Amino acid sequence: MSVLKFTPKQFDDFVLAMLKTGRPVMAPQAKNGRFAFEPLASPADLRLDYDVTILPPKKYVLPQVEKLLEFEVRGPCRSVQEAQPMILLGVHPYDLVAILQMDELFRQGQYDKHYMDRRCQITLIALDVVTPSANVFASSMGTAAVSSGYDILLTILKDGSILADAATAKGQELIRLAGSAAPASEADLKARKAVWEHNNAVLNKHILLCKPSLLPKILEQSYNHPVWEEKARLCYSCGSCNQVCPTCYCFDVQDRVNWDLKTGYRFRCWDGCLLENFATVAGNHNFRKDRAARYRHRLYRKGKYVPEKIGGQIACVGCGRCISACTAKIANPVEVYNRLLQDTKLG
Amino acid sequence: MCECCSGHADIYLPQMATITKRRMLNGTELFLHLEMDSGQDLSYKPGQFVEVSLAGIGEAPISISSSPTQRGLELVVRNVGSLTKAIHKLQVGDKLGIRGPYGTTYPIEEAKGKDLVFICGGIGLVPQRSFIRYALDHRSDYGKIIVLIGTKCYSMRLFREEIALWQERKDMTVLETIDEAHDCWDGNVGVVTTLIPKIENELPGSLVLICGPPIMYKFVLISLAEAQVPEENIYVNLERRMKCGVGKCGHCQINDKYVCQDGPVFRYSDLALVPEAI
Repeated sequence: MSVLKFTPKQFDDFVLAMLKTGRPVMAPQAKNGRFAFEPLASPADLRLDYDVTILPPKKYVLPQVEKLLEFEVRGPCRSVQEAQPMILLGVHPYDLVAILQMDELFRQGQYDKHYMDRRCQITLIALDVVTPSANVFASSMGTAAVSSGYDILLTILKDGSILADAATAKGQELIRLAGSAAPASEADLKARKAVWEHNNAVLNKHILLCKPSLLPKILEQSYNHPVWEEKARLCYSCGSCNQVCPTCYCFDVQDRVNWDLKTGYRFRCWDGCLLENFATVAGNHNFRKDRAARYRHRLYRKGKYVPEKIGGQIACVGCGRCISACTAKIANPVEVYNRLLQDTKLG
Repeated sequence: MCECCSGHADIYLPQMATITKRRMLNGTELFLHLEMDSGQDLSYKPGQFVEVSLAGIGEAPISISSSPTQRGLELVVRNVGSLTKAIHKLQVGDKLGIRGPYGTTYPIEEAKGKDLVFICGGIGLVPQRSFIRYALDHRSDYGKIIVLIGTKCYSMRLFREEIALWQERKDMTVLETIDEAHDCWDGNVGVVTTLIPKIENELPGSLVLICGPPIMYKFVLISLAEAQVPEENIYVNLERRMKCGVGKCGHCQINDKYVCQDGPVFRYSDLALVPEAI
């Protein structure tokens, strides 16, 4: 299917048509001077010019709290499938890459039906970045633009028109709702390419001084580097870096009993490897008691451990949220990786 | 449900099992024998664990203590948290949720024809018992069987009657020690490493299988290094917080390994680049 070109008015009509489907549309909107993905009520609330959202759209594929099972207390459990069809509108390329990585992690090995069912119900509309955020470094991570993985990709051109490329059957089904849009011209496609090239260059407020693919090798030699202790000395173990990260997917599982005291549910919720008790077992033995070890573990997961599970893709997508969220200003992965690079002998 | 996902089982859904026997092994350790309500035994191997749950209270990983050569499933639960406290109150006929089995197994095939040395500290005897019983049930498949058991104090000793029966057998050697002397104990006193010199001659050609509290591994491994046991011949059974059991939740990770998938039984030589392991 060819790429369509919308005027802003036509695009608003398209969004209205999406809202009329009755499916919830989750999209970036202003929130206390920042931006957040929230249920959209009207096209007027949509902020396609957002820089970065407080939390990544990960919360729709792996919700902060997700019911897995329902039960009668001390009785048998039954599987819960809560996911409903949803349109996730306006996902930046770096956040899309993070979701695609998570798809693979929940699919591989033991198939996580809860995640995959939810994911399959989502029609994902990606959006090329219009306004770079203060700490973005997606260009360094190779995630400033994407060529696949979305159902529809939106690109806003300088004249305000919006190009929409439906790449999947789900995307094409949705874009049929957009009645009047015209096909994009050759010049429009050229302008779109220019946006990608521009973003590949400018979403780079922190510059990684090597190819991301070198990170596993650098980390292999950096386990006892002094940087872990230096940075971690200031760490509050608050887990903010985990909570805002689009690629963090560690979770806890707990039971909750309903008010009737007879029924309840088992749920998973976000957890974070920086939190002090993340590796504590019954009897209170903490296998990662040392702050520096927890700090190091996060950056090893991003740069080495998770990549080993997903064909080498680096599990930091350069959104910069951790840099903004960290109270102690120690979470910047680029700063750490560059420092390690400097002290590494790469043969 | 969307088309692409139909047909996949829910990996978090426990199966129900009924308690058919229960007894306290000491003041804190409860022994349970369970039968799966499906009527079919779990298909497990020595070394693996299950996720045990009580709906409304929670779920936790527990080592399997029985051998697949016997019927049912045996577990030992230490009264240490809210879930295990509730499990301790259960009676015969009560039900538990079971997921699994998960994780790697002891090298039951590779060990055939070889001498086996089990070094067990405290509750570490529980998973080791699975392989010990398995080897005894396939006695001709294995060489010598030597079991070293260390317990903190006299009153905490586990499986006392069973150990007494093992000690009577001519086809295995069982040495026991307690850390603190006791009036009723005339055996060895000292940590489990104090038993190692007594069997030192047996070590070089044996497979050595270790399970115990975190601190124990360090000292046992030093003793084994001194006795020149190759690291390839040593297996450790590690404890971590295996919350999901299926390699997703991240809690049991030691460096790049997931204890729930790559372990809990590891060949020690495979842990050379895993500093968080021991």
